[in-house]
Amino acid sequence: MIKTLELHGISKSFPGVQALDSIDFSLEAGTIGGLIGENGAGKSTLLKVLSGAYIPEKGTIKIDGKQYTFKSTKDALSAGIAVIYQELNLVPEMTVAENMMLGHFPVNKTGLIDFNSMYETATKQLQYIMEEIDPQAKIKTLPIAQRQMIEISKALLLNARIIAFDEPTSSLSQKEIRNLFRIINTLKEQGKTIIYVSHRLEEVFEICDSVTVFRDGKLIEKFEDMKKVNHDILVSKMVGREISDIYNYRERERSDVPLLSVKDFVCPGLKIPASFDLYKGEILGFFGLVGAGRTELMKGLYGAVRHSQGTVSLEGRTIQIKSPKDSIRQGIAFLPEDRKDEGIIPIRSVEENINISSRRDNLKMKFFIDREWEKTNADSFIQKLDIKTPSRQQIIKNLSGGNQQKVILARWLGEHISVLIMDEPTRGIDVGTKNEIYNLMYKLTEMGISIICVSSDLPEIMGICDRLVIMREGKIVNTILRNEMDKEQILSYALPAKHKEHQTA
Amino acid sequence: MAQFSKQGIQKSLRSIWEDSGMLVIFIVLFLLLAIFVPYFLTWRNMIGLGLSVSMVGMVSCTMLFCLASGDFDLSVENVIAFSGVTAAVIINSTNNIFFGIMLGVLGGGLIGFLNGFIIAKGRINALITTLAMSQIVRGLAFIVAGGEARSIGNAKFFVLGNGMILGIPAPIWITIICFVVFAILIRSTTFGKNTVAIGGNKEAARLAGINVDKTRMLIFSIQGLMAGFAGVVLASRMTSGQPNTSQGFSLDVISACVLGGVSLSGGVAPILGAIVGVLIMGTVQNAMNLMNIPTFYQYVVRGLILLIAVLIDQFKQQTRKV
Repeated sequence: MIKTLELHGISKSFPGVQALDSIDFSLEAGTIGGLIGENGAGKSTLLKVLSGAYIPEKGTIKIDGKQYTFKSTKDALSAGIAVIYQELNLVPEMTVAENMMLGHFPVNKTGLIDFNSMYETATKQLQYIMEEIDPQAKIKTLPIAQRQMIEISKALLLNARIIAFDEPTSSLSQKEIRNLFRIINTLKEQGKTIIYVSHRLEEVFEICDSVTVFRDGKLIEKFEDMKKVNHDILVSKMVGREISDIYNYRERERSDVPLLSVKDFVCPGLKIPASFDLYKGEILGFFGLVGAGRTELMKGLYGAVRHSQGTVSLEGRTIQIKSPKDSIRQGIAFLPEDRKDEGIIPIRSVEENINISSRRDNLKMKFFIDREWEKTNADSFIQKLDIKTPSRQQIIKNLSGGNQQKVILARWLGEHISVLIMDEPTRGIDVGTKNEIYNLMYKLTEMGISIICVSSDLPEIMGICDRLVIMREGKIVNTILRNEMDKEQILSYALPAKHKEHQTA
Repeated sequence: MAQFSKQGIQKSLRSIWEDSGMLVIFIVLFLLLAIFVPYFLTWRNMIGLGLSVSMVGMVSCTMLFCLASGDFDLSVENVIAFSGVTAAVIINSTNNIFFGIMLGVLGGGLIGFLNGFIIAKGRINALITTLAMSQIVRGLAFIVAGGEARSIGNAKFFVLGNGMILGIPAPIWITIICFVVFAILIRSTTFGKNTVAIGGNKEAARLAGINVDKTRMLIFSIQGLMAGFAGVVLASRMTSGQPNTSQGFSLDVISACVLGGVSLSGGVAPILGAIVGVLIMGTVQNAMNLMNIPTFYQYVVRGLILLIAVLIDQFKQQTRKV
C-alpha cells in the first residue's frame, strides 16, 4: 500500500550536531501521527525539512509514492505539505482574507486584486471549518486561537494534504483546544494526513493514531497502537532513562507566618481587588485560564505594571513597589512567561544575561565592572544549575528553552531574594529539564525562599504546589491546600460560569 | 610545527577576518594609499586627516551609545551649529570664554535631554523625535545668530580648536580622550552594559531591574552634551559661530559607526569598530582630495563604500551560519 507520506534515510546536520540521523518515517492518509521528544530531539528539524526550510543532506521524501526534492518552502507547499508553526506566520496589519490568500491574491481582468472574490472565498473557507470570524477583520485584533484557524484555512486553500502542527496548543485555553481538536479530527475524516508535534502527552494520547518518539536526532520508536503504550513508557523513551515521577514532590516545612501579604491589590487586568498570603518556604500555585488575570496580577506585584490600590507587606512591613527595580531591592524576583520577549537579551552572552542585575552590587570602586567577578559568578551558576552551554560566552539565543530558563533563574539567585515569582516556568521545556527545574524550585524553598508559580499546566500545578490560588476572569475565586486538590473541582472553579454547562454536557 | 602548517595559517587568517574584517580592510587601504598616492603619508597630511575626522570621531563616541541602545539621533548636526553660535554670541557679548563654552555645551545637553525625555517617556520613535528636534534647533541656531555667521572677537578662544600640544592639534587630542573615556564607559560600567542590554531587549532589561527610561534619557543627554562640545570646538576652529554649518553630519557619524559594525537594531557596541569606521571614511575622503577627485564623485564613492561594507558584513554573517 502506498503511504501518503514516506521519508527514507533523512539526515541533516549542523556544525557539531547531527540534527537528524537517517530517519525513516511514514504516515497513511486519514491518520494523525504524533511526534514527541525533548527539545533538540529533532522534531522541529524534521518539520523544517518537510516544509522545505531545510534541505536534508541525505534521504528521500515521497508523497503518494512520488519522490520530491524541496528546494524552498514554496516547493513543499505545492507538493501539498503545510506546516503550522507555534509562532504563526501572519501579517498583523492585514485582514483575515488577505492573510489567507497572501501570495495567491485573485485578480480581475484589469490585473487588480479582486476583493469580492477574495472575501467570498475566505468566507466559504471559514464556514467550512465552522469559524465565525469576520474575513475583513485585521489579524492583530484576533486572539491566538482564531489566528491559528486562519493558518489552517490558509493551508486548506492551498490544497494541503499533509498538515503538520508544531505545539499548536501551547497558548490556547481548554475550550480553544477542544475546538482545535474538533477541527483536526474533521480534517482527518476528510483524508488529510496530520502530523502533531507536542510536549503534552495527554493530548497525544487523546488525538493521535500513532506516536513516534525522537531523541538526539534519532527516531527511537514508532508506536502504531496507542493502546499498547502509556505515559511512562513514552517519557522514558524520550528521556532515555526512567523518570518515575517528574514532579517528585517532597513534603516541606511551612511556617504559619505570612512572608508576603497582599491586600486589596488592584492593577490593570484585575476586576476585583486581590488579597492573598504567601508563607515562608512554600510553593504557591496560581491556576486559571488564559485571561484570568494571573500574569497581570504578578506583573503588578513585581512593579512591571503600576498598581492603583492595595498594600503589599513583606515580613510584616509595608513595601512600596513602583518599578521592577524597587521590587528586586525588596528581594522579589520575577521570571516572565515569555522568555524570548521579556526574559533574555537574545543577542548577548550567557555571562551577560546572568550578571545583568546582580553586577550592580559587585562593582570595583562602585563604578567599574569587575571582570573577574563576572566570569566567576557566571561560571559558578553554569556549574551549579547544570546549564548546558559550550561556554559562558555563548550567545544565549542558541541555547535550548530549558537552559535559557536556567540562565534567568541564575540571574535571580545572584540576588538576595526571598520571593520568586515564576510565570509558566516550564512552558516549552522538555521533560528532563522540567524535572531539573522542579528540583531547583524545591531546593530554593529549602533555603527559605517562597515561590509563586503561575501555570496553565494543571498536572504540574497539582504536582509541585503546596497551596493553590484559582483565578477566573480577573478575580481570585478560591484558595485550596494540596490535600484538597482535585482536578475536576479546580477546573470547575477556573471555568467561567457560562462554559460550565458545556463541560457537563 | 603544527601551528605554522598551511591549514593553521588559513584558520587564523579566517578568524582575524571574521573578528576584525574592517580593521584589515583599513590597514590594507592605508598601505595602498601610502604607496600609490603622493603626499598621503606625510606628517602634514596625517595631521590634516586627524583633524578632518576629529569631529566625526568625537560625536561617534556618543552616537555609539545611541545606536547600541537601539535608537539614533539625527539632530547632532543642528546641535553643533546651535552650540557653536551660542558660544560665539555669548563670548562676544560677555567676553567670558568659560561662560560661552559652558552655555554652548549645556545648551546641547538640554536639547539632548529633551530628545531623550520625549523618546523614553513620550514613547515617540527616535527618528521622528530627533528629526523634528533638528528642524527646531537649526531654526534656533539662525535665530540666536541673527541669521548670519558670527565671528568671534576673543582670540584666546581659538586655542581650543587650533592649539597644538606636542605638535598635534588640540581637537585630535580631544578625540583620542573621548574614545578612551567612552570605551571605558561602554565596556566597564553598568551604564554601558545596561545600554547594550536595552538595545538587545528593552522589556527584558526593564524586568531585570534596569531603569530603562532613565538610561535612555542619560544616553541622549550625553549625546547632546557631546554634540554641543563638538560645536564649540568647531566654532573655535572656524573662529566664528556659523548657523548653517555641518549639514549632513549626523548621517556621516551614523555611517561611520555602521561601517565599523555597529548594528542599527541595537544590542552591540564595538567601539574599536566605530573608530575604524571613522578612520576609513576619513581616509578615503582625504585620499580623494589629494587625487583631486571632484566633490560630486566623492559623494558617490562614500555611498558605495557604506553599501559595500554592510553587504560584506551581511555576507560574513551568512557564511558563518552555514
